[in-house]
Amino acid sequence: MPSPSLLADLLREGRFVVTAELSSSNSADPEATWRRAEVLRGSVDAINCTDNTGAHVHMSSLAASHLLVEKGFEPIMQLTVRDRNRLALQADLLGAAALGVRNLVLMSGDDVTAGDHPEARRIYDIDSMQLLEVAAIMRDRGTYLSGRKLEQAPSFFIGAVENPFAPPLEFRPLRLQKKVRAGADFIQTQLVFDVTVFARFMAMVAELDLIGKVFIIPSIGIPRSARGANFMREKVPGLHVPDELVTRLEKTPPARQSEEGIKIAVELVNAVRAIPGVSGVHLIGIKWEEGVVRVAEAAGLLPRPTLSPLVTAGGRG
Amino acid sequence: MVERLVLAIEKPLKEAIWDCRMCGQCILHSTGLSCPMRCPKNLRNGPCGGVRANGNCEVYADKRCVWVEAWEGSRRLPLWRDHIEHLQKPVDWQLQGSSSWINLVNGRDSGAPKGWKPDAES
Repeated sequence: MPSPSLLADLLREGRFVVTAELSSSNSADPEATWRRAEVLRGSVDAINCTDNTGAHVHMSSLAASHLLVEKGFEPIMQLTVRDRNRLALQADLLGAAALGVRNLVLMSGDDVTAGDHPEARRIYDIDSMQLLEVAAIMRDRGTYLSGRKLEQAPSFFIGAVENPFAPPLEFRPLRLQKKVRAGADFIQTQLVFDVTVFARFMAMVAELDLIGKVFIIPSIGIPRSARGANFMREKVPGLHVPDELVTRLEKTPPARQSEEGIKIAVELVNAVRAIPGVSGVHLIGIKWEEGVVRVAEAAGLLPRPTLSPLVTAGGRG
Repeated sequence: MVERLVLAIEKPLKEAIWDCRMCGQCILHSTGLSCPMRCPKNLRNGPCGGVRANGNCEVYADKRCVWVEAWEGSRRLPLWRDHIEHLQKPVDWQLQGSSSWINLVNGRDSGAPKGWKPDAES
């Protein structure tokens, strides 16, 4: 099977990859998306486009991913089962493939009550596990879930998420295994602030013999201020931010807190990198692409490998 | 007629014991006897990433996560312990409100979308 994407190539070659999250756009002007992405050019291998992140409305991940393809970036399209039923999901997956989007991250999504339209009807027609299977069916069998044939099967590199810090902790590695069986080629985890818990999770994943069967990419958050870290601790579902981290930032004078945040992120990158089975890092600087570049640089992750994404996009079906 | 009679027993019984939501395609034995349709996201294959550190639901902060209960319940079951690892097929929403007992007997709940991989476990 031809390689579906540049990200897949890098991971299969055993390179330590760097991905980052693009702040989602609230602008009808594509330049707003491109401006943010340009900051990341050369510093990361692929860029996640989120799907109404935190259940707040933004430009669709499909449109944002396509805008990135147009400018020669390697997008990772996130897609949740919160806002679409099985028809809409498959329609968007096929459309994404036709627009040159190859990398997917499929997930349940934060609940609507976490967002700016808490009164909305949640969909959850199928769950994230089933969506992984649906994407794999389209790719490997060339049919829709209904069994109806596609004229041309899409070529996807399928990603999923896992939260090593949310209960039930002993079930999380088994759930990850289930995702691999359903079709996940790679996993991006929830933000890692507690390296000890993450290392324990990875040891259980290794025990299940999953290392080598799936690429695991932990997310590293770049706190910009004590206030931001506190917000993450208090408000973001599924995030576990240790008190020491918030205290460390609070003890830092406000003018130097962003510097300290970079330092914290670099320490975390180095710590997770030493854990067996970790295939890369996913850097998240909330509305702070410059922070991503600085962390990548300070952690010695630059320069990035120079396979041309344009050649990849043009050369593969 | 038969279905109405069966429902008259099944519905109150299962609602009282498991807070059943009458999806008509019961998988309680695979979920530690914790009804997954009580999950606000209707997840049938495991918990979401939003479960709180104390084991409560992302959406209903004062309620235990259905899947934390499912995991604990599955550890206590003498049978079907590993069924929690099985990949559950998509819900057939046409069966909502019908009797899962009748659907089990006549095989209506054993169907899956045609494209769903036939070797999938249930």
